Amino acid sequence: MKANIVIAGVGGQGTVLAAKLVARAAMDAGLAVRTSETIGMAQRGGSVVSHVRISDAPIASPLMPPGAADTLLGFEPGEVVRCLHFLRPGGTVVVNPRTVAPVSAALNNTEYSGTAMIDYLHQCGCRLVVVDGDAICAEVGSTKVLNVALIGAAAAAGALGLTLGQVEDALRKSLRPKLIDMNVRALHTGARESAKGNP
Amino acid sequence: MATEFLMGNEAIGLGALAAGVRVVTGYPGTPSSEILPTVSARNPGNIHVEWSVNEKVALEVAAGAAMAGARAMVTMKQVGLNVAADPLMSLAYLGVKGGMVVVVADDPGPISSQTEQDTRTFGLFSKLPVFDPASPEEAYEMVIDAFELSERHGTPVLFRPTTRVCHGNAPVALRESVAAASATVRFAKDPRWVIFPRLSYENHIKIEQRLPVIAEEFSSYRFNALAGEGRLGIVTQGISTGYVGEALAILGDLGHQLPAHKLLRVATPHPFPKRLALDFLDGLDRILVVEELDPFIERELQRLAGEKHLPITVLGKASGHIQVAGENTVVAVTQAIAGFLGVEAPSFAAPMPAAAPELAARPPVLCAGCSHRSAFIAVKRAMRKRRSVFSGDIGCYTLGNAKPLDMVDTCLCMGAGITMAQGLHVVEPNAVHFAFIGDSTFFHSGITGVINAVYNRTPIVVVVLDNATTAMTGLQPHPGTGATMMGAVSQKVDIATVLRGIGVMHVEKCDPLKLEESMAAVVRAVGATSNGVAALIFESPCIHVTPPGPGYIVDAEACECKECIIKLGCPAILSVDGKAVIDNTLCYGCDLCAQICMFDAIHPVSPAEVNG
Repeated sequence: MKANIVIAGVGGQGTVLAAKLVARAAMDAGLAVRTSETIGMAQRGGSVVSHVRISDAPIASPLMPPGAADTLLGFEPGEVVRCLHFLRPGGTVVVNPRTVAPVSAALNNTEYSGTAMIDYLHQCGCRLVVVDGDAICAEVGSTKVLNVALIGAAAAAGALGLTLGQVEDALRKSLRPKLIDMNVRALHTGARESAKGNP
Repeated sequence: MATEFLMGNEAIGLGALAAGVRVVTGYPGTPSSEILPTVSARNPGNIHVEWSVNEKVALEVAAGAAMAGARAMVTMKQVGLNVAADPLMSLAYLGVKGGMVVVVADDPGPISSQTEQDTRTFGLFSKLPVFDPASPEEAYEMVIDAFELSERHGTPVLFRPTTRVCHGNAPVALRESVAAASATVRFAKDPRWVIFPRLSYENHIKIEQRLPVIAEEFSSYRFNALAGEGRLGIVTQGISTGYVGEALAILGDLGHQLPAHKLLRVATPHPFPKRLALDFLDGLDRILVVEELDPFIERELQRLAGEKHLPITVLGKASGHIQVAGENTVVAVTQAIAGFLGVEAPSFAAPMPAAAPELAARPPVLCAGCSHRSAFIAVKRAMRKRRSVFSGDIGCYTLGNAKPLDMVDTCLCMGAGITMAQGLHVVEPNAVHFAFIGDSTFFHSGITGVINAVYNRTPIVVVVLDNATTAMTGLQPHPGTGATMMGAVSQKVDIATVLRGIGVMHVEKCDPLKLEESMAAVVRAVGATSNGVAALIFESPCIHVTPPGPGYIVDAEACECKECIIKLGCPAILSVDGKAVIDNTLCYGCDLCAQICMFDAIHPVSPAEVNG
């Protein structure tokens, strides 16, 4: 068993916790797991990437080479396109379509379109799961649950090598008690949305 | 024995706890910042944990404790060791009684640093043993070993992880505490703790005698590993050990029959494990050294081959086989090893559909609502018609260099903005020289620079950007906040009082979120430089330590000037169909855009609009 997952987003979106939850679920399943995070200056609104490597055999490197990711979990469509070279042919992309415009886009008056990014992803030969993170956050009632919603979507799409139940267990063990209910709801809403209307 | 999923830095902190550490000090700096808070969070109560004002102070506090016989650890990033170099170099001569581990996190890339310096080379320079872990789980075990070796040989030791170890995560098996925190030690008065030329000379001889003994120990050290047979050899260290493992697996998976080769991993680069290295060199024709930062192992092996007249070709950075700067990657290491072993390297380029949409760069930026942005705008506007130079410093506010703010003309190292502004003034006295410095950096190394300006009568404008935290490295407290890592709250050290106390005649505080008032304060401060140094303290807490205000909305009908977009570079302000639009999931309600809008088109969201 092997699952290589790249998580791409913008600093502040909660990618670090997402990687930690997936890794925790893998560890509890008795698997080897290594992750690598972007922590530091880039967390101030820059591009951030986490690598999560899960295997039933020892893992040498926390970082994976291009073409090695089974799954690309994208918090922002442009950041997914930026990291697409990590995805293996036929891999799965789970993406939140809402853009976070870089400051440079407004400044240079350049168009930054999430639709163009999603259109491009449709052409790239990957299995594409588009999950409306905004709608899920609105339904659950918090903007802070985007990360857990996307994990739920990815787990339901079979893209993590882990079941939704395994992820939920990890979530219950990792989060502060008062945050658990809301995040479990986000997880299952993400899973439901992923099953709905996606290949 | 529990297994926890830990970040490398957390593993280092827990390793120190297991080793019975009694005193932990440090100054925050990426990638080292999470080590000390880990100890603090799990402090059973008998460990003194402190963020010190700077790395020199941190190292000296730890040294005092270790001289008394307690186990001590100090944490910093690589450039922090430059600040702490003075006590470290001398402490190497005096030695310690309790084990003392100096954790210095290096940052190949660099990802969040000013330099790509290599602390292994600092180990060579300071004649101190160096541990170089390759993973979080190894870092945990190795810290315990480092304390043990330090105490046994009476020397501080350097412990040098790199970013990918610090910020990598893995399951780590935790041990029971191997040593109890030494609560009963007492400082024994002895001339050995007073450095004098004669003592340094005598201790220098002892150090030179001790290093080969430690090198011999290191040749049998459990994390130094030699495997394989053949006439080719690959050597690696740290995180590159993982990349080499990955590369060999990738080449094997491609069905390549790899030629026989030896593999050496060096976990203790200084003093170099000579006997182990000679075992490795025995029978080899060619070697590839895969390491990051300095060609440290490469030089040691070249020297050893020369000393023993071995006809071995050593390939690495000097030969152009391994990149001289930046991080190693699985791709680069796989290509280097494939070339070295004479097999074809895989193409890592995945097939992509041709027309990828163009992606704007996304560098880090000041957050929406950041008070630094307001302070920069106030100074910029106030100085519109005066030739001014803006010296910056290290912190979030270094990001003020980006367009459209463009308010950081120099940045060198912690505290250097204040002092470089003085040098700039000397050669260009007709310009106004500003020095921006954050609150934590002010305490770290800003104060002495201000005293220098007062003493030498150099009329600069010191602008303290006081956001009540150490923001860039993760919101650590500092003397100005009064919070400590022991839970107690100290008396806050007031920056204005400090400035007045060291002789600054003009000291004014103002709220940077009030633009007109701030601009007037800037003008007053500049005027006051006729009497010497002037200081302006912009006080407004970091958005990460204060709740957001109401969001803002743009009246599209009235929106004409786009000043907010052109001048502020705020991530919450978007340009949609030629109009400014505020993203209220990001807006923090700082009000700056409303204050600079020439058409009065921006106003706070009313409760009705929130509910609607």
